[in-house]
Amino acid sequence: MPKDHGIGASPKRREDLRFLTGNGNYTDDINLYGQTYVHFLRSDVAHGRLTSVDTSEAAKMPGVVRIFTGDDFAGIGGLPCGWQVTDKHGQPMQEPGHPVLAQGKVRHVGDPIAAIVAETYEQARDAAEAIVVDIEELPAVINMKDAVKEGAPLVHDDLTSNLCYDWGFVEENKAATDEAFKNAAHVTTLELVNNRLVANPMEPRVAVGDYNRSTDDSTLYTTSQNPHVIRLLMGAFVLGIPEHKLRVVAPDVGGGFGTKIFHYAEEAFCTFAARQIKRPVKWTSSRSEAFMSDAHGRDHVTKIELALDADNNFMAVRTDTYANMGAYLSTFAPSVPTWLHGTLMAGNYRTPLVYVNVKAVFTNTVPVDAYRGAGRPEATYQLERVIDKAARELGVDPIKLRRQNFISEFPYQTPVAVVYDIGDYTATMDKLEEIADLSGFEARRKASEAKGKLRGLGVNCYIEACGIAPSNLVGQLGARAGLYESATVRVNATGSISVMTGSHSHGQGHETAFPQVIAEMLGIDESMIEIVHGDTAKGPMGMGTYGSRSLAVGGSAMVRATEKIINKAKKIAAHLMEASDADIEVKDGKFHVAGTDKSVAWGDVTLAAYVPHNYPLDDIEPGLEETALYDPSNFTYPSGAYACEVELDPDTGRVTIERFSAADDFGNIINPMIVSGQVHGGIGQGIGQALLEGAVYDENGQLLTGSYMDYAMPRANDVPFYAVDHSCVTPCTHNPLGVKGCGEAGAIGSPPAVVNAVIDALHSAGKTHITHIDMPLSPNRVWTAMNA
Amino acid sequence: MYNFDLVRPTTIADAVAAMGQEGAQALGGGQTLLPTMKQRLASPETVVSLTAIGEMQGVCISDDGKLCIGGATPHAVVAREAGSKYPGLAGLASHIGDPAVRARGTIGGSLANNDPSACYPSAALASGATIITNTREIAADDYFQGMFTTALEEGEIITEVRFPIPEVSNYQKFEQPASRFALVGVFVAKYADGVRVAVTGASEEGVFRWSEAEAALGKDFSASALEGLTVPADGMIGDLHGSKAYRAHLVGVMTKRAVTAAA
Ligand SMILES: Cc1cc2nc3c(=O)[nH]c(=O)nc-3n(C[C@H](O)[C@H](O)[C@H](O)COP(=O)(O)OP(=O)(O)OC[C@H]3O[C@@H](n4cnc5c(N)ncnc54)[C@H](O)[C@@H]3O)c2cc1C
Repeated sequence: MPKDHGIGASPKRREDLRFLTGNGNYTDDINLYGQTYVHFLRSDVAHGRLTSVDTSEAAKMPGVVRIFTGDDFAGIGGLPCGWQVTDKHGQPMQEPGHPVLAQGKVRHVGDPIAAIVAETYEQARDAAEAIVVDIEELPAVINMKDAVKEGAPLVHDDLTSNLCYDWGFVEENKAATDEAFKNAAHVTTLELVNNRLVANPMEPRVAVGDYNRSTDDSTLYTTSQNPHVIRLLMGAFVLGIPEHKLRVVAPDVGGGFGTKIFHYAEEAFCTFAARQIKRPVKWTSSRSEAFMSDAHGRDHVTKIELALDADNNFMAVRTDTYANMGAYLSTFAPSVPTWLHGTLMAGNYRTPLVYVNVKAVFTNTVPVDAYRGAGRPEATYQLERVIDKAARELGVDPIKLRRQNFISEFPYQTPVAVVYDIGDYTATMDKLEEIADLSGFEARRKASEAKGKLRGLGVNCYIEACGIAPSNLVGQLGARAGLYESATVRVNATGSISVMTGSHSHGQGHETAFPQVIAEMLGIDESMIEIVHGDTAKGPMGMGTYGSRSLAVGGSAMVRATEKIINKAKKIAAHLMEASDADIEVKDGKFHVAGTDKSVAWGDVTLAAYVPHNYPLDDIEPGLEETALYDPSNFTYPSGAYACEVELDPDTGRVTIERFSAADDFGNIINPMIVSGQVHGGIGQGIGQALLEGAVYDENGQLLTGSYMDYAMPRANDVPFYAVDHSCVTPCTHNPLGVKGCGEAGAIGSPPAVVNAVIDALHSAGKTHITHIDMPLSPNRVWTAMNA
Repeated sequence: MYNFDLVRPTTIADAVAAMGQEGAQALGGGQTLLPTMKQRLASPETVVSLTAIGEMQGVCISDDGKLCIGGATPHAVVAREAGSKYPGLAGLASHIGDPAVRARGTIGGSLANNDPSACYPSAALASGATIITNTREIAADDYFQGMFTTALEEGEIITEVRFPIPEVSNYQKFEQPASRFALVGVFVAKYADGVRVAVTGASEEGVFRWSEAEAALGKDFSASALEGLTVPADGMIGDLHGSKAYRAHLVGVMTKRAVTAAA
């Protein structure tokens, strides 16, 4: 019997009721008295010197309250970067300024030049048309390899080049890795592009800044995955507002996928302008603005080499990657191609030597930062593609080649710094072979061929580092923040519980899953527990949601706080029953004296805590509220094996996904339904990357894919019914729930499976000269490769 | 969006009068015009909505056996009501955009706009349809004059489109992956006196008739009759989603598929 409550049950997501009935409270639903609207006048050229911005006519237009330009931000800080990478020579990365509104230069199409605050949004837009901007256009730097050539135009005049950093990892391994390649029996080389993506959450970004004249307090309502982080970054680095005078609220957020982690100019602007004009200032991004101002994802150009010995054992991996930073450093951008990417280059395999080189490059494009998976999809994609290519070159079964090289003993120290605490890659591969019915593939291929189609099977593994992250470790690696998480468990007098968590739910279902954990621990009904998040005024400092960290880190904090509650409640119960607290057991929402039939109900204990008439006041304080901050001792390492079957129409090059199977090891599972949903969504995004999505700039820096007319998003009919399984469980060894995180796996594990499958389909038709096609594998690209 | 006046006439005569004003523009389903206005790329002073005009709505058969569609009839109505009479056309209508687009977008709007990737122009041209306006009747062969360009005069309203019904027909649309408009769409219609093949999405000149294919199919209405026939890549649209060569190739593939599906 599946459980119907607590850990392991799948209650329906309680938050869906308000989301699906139009009762969500999104930032754009927030409208304040006296509110004004801001429209940003954005650069339509990719690179240029701003010679003048004349707002005099515009300022006289109807409804205009005030127009701001870069000059208004002169003595004010720019947007900070939260991670400093040290290059292979031990030098810090080049870190350019990032003004809220452009100063002196514009550096990408969409760079905000002026902000028009008016009584209505349309009036602000009208006035924007009356602003006269003079830009002396400069040649745009778009291609990364050109950008780092001698004499390339500089995106930032005050930097020595467009190279942000040249990172070598592990630099000490380089010589030995090169040596291994010399001694290899076989070397497989693959050059590939990890395509630039636009996150496209359903809800575009929104910010409402408010200022209270009587208290001098500022409030920002914003579409953020981590309101406390925004409060710290914006308060301390941009606007100089101390935390106790600044509240950041991120209410219901309609999808983030990473792009809502970062601190953006528009948020700082609304908060700043509200203080200036002493009225609320609201900005709602249009979809077109989102394409040119939300941080993009991926955009790596990589050469990877795999060295194998005569027995097909992996000897070494060497990679050379150019990673696009865009025009400015977005909040966590430098960490993505380095610590979230290089550290995963061992994959699921015993590879004694790994050397990763990453050159991060400034270009005249929208900043690039973390997007679902962040660095780990890039690592997985190149590794799993090169292994597939190696298997073809060597004529061995790609699954067998992987199995032969699996890491099988844990803990495992990889050559790329991280230590995998636990895993069982053979188990997930076995499970995959079963759920994907791989033995039936040949018959399905024949059936496809009978219809004139090609059929291909692609299989791959993935591993990711989640549960981000041990603070002392990331501090050494350049993070300018800690990565613990907080929880306050507030038990109310009648026994209901409010849990203030620093994690932020923007689609993940925390409001349902988190109460399951506490309900299990206390033996009470989930409906008595409510999750409070997204408001710096309500909970302790927390770091937010990304990197599949909420349950592993935030959930662990919640467990620790609940343990403190139980300890204290036992003391109260012991007092009420005149027993020793060592003898108290918690079961089914009651406190029992072990070995007797004596018990008190949860509600009696909580009431006693707040009405302490009969209470051990000499020993403990009244009340029942505890806070815990949890700092993980290691990353968690979810892993799995994925299989994709495609059909390819040889006449048109069109690829359709016929089957997709995922066997994941996420450690312990709290709510299997939610986990499946996370995997479904992740695979959908991975299929989107593999077949459809791709942001493309022309050589002048114009975004050719600036709307849904040209940027192809996956739709329901682009994906099959998935077979997902998460019954392979190796519980995480170092957090109290034994959980690993499941939010990004689907997006990390699926792109190589799709591409491997397409290559397999092509090879089945004798097109063995095609060893790679870059994503997205659009019909045009596949057909062109077939007919080259 | 800039400010504008909205009028909703209920007769063609009133609509024509309203269109006579300076800066007036017709509004069908608004699926093209409204997004353009929101982006401030169009700024009509008066928007003349045609959807309340009863005489411009619906699907019927004329005395001479033609399928007549009111100029303001939404795609969804065509998909539903033309099915038994002209299945090829109903099939085309049922695959335009998504349900919301089909509920609002109109045949008159689509033909007036003449987007090079739109579906309806291929059906009109392949059927030798007649575009009827408030002032005249225009043969499809004279109507389409290149991308976004038609024979319509300033202020002229498409009130009806009249389609000769073919013996068999089919529309094959190869979707552009992002917009899901036609990357290449081919409409094949076989009449007693010949076959007409019209191609949309492919050419820099907009919708066109593929006369070699028409001739070959006129003799032998089968996919094999098209063997060896190609359209030149030169003059095809080349963009992110399809090179010129790819589009030229797809014209052949989609035509064969349309013939096979129709036959
Ligand atoms: C998401 C989306 C997907 C789409 N997918 C497809 C697709 O797959 N295939 C396809 O073919 N189309 C597609 N379309 C276009 C849609 O089908 C409409 O047909 C098209 O937008 C025009 O029709 P409308 O009635 O909306 O015209 P409107 O937007 O109202 O007007 C368009 C133009 O026609 C003029 N006009 C309107 N009616 C008349 C008339 N009766 N006489 C003279 N001039 C007139 C207007 O003044 C304007 O210039 C899509 C649109 C959207 C938004």
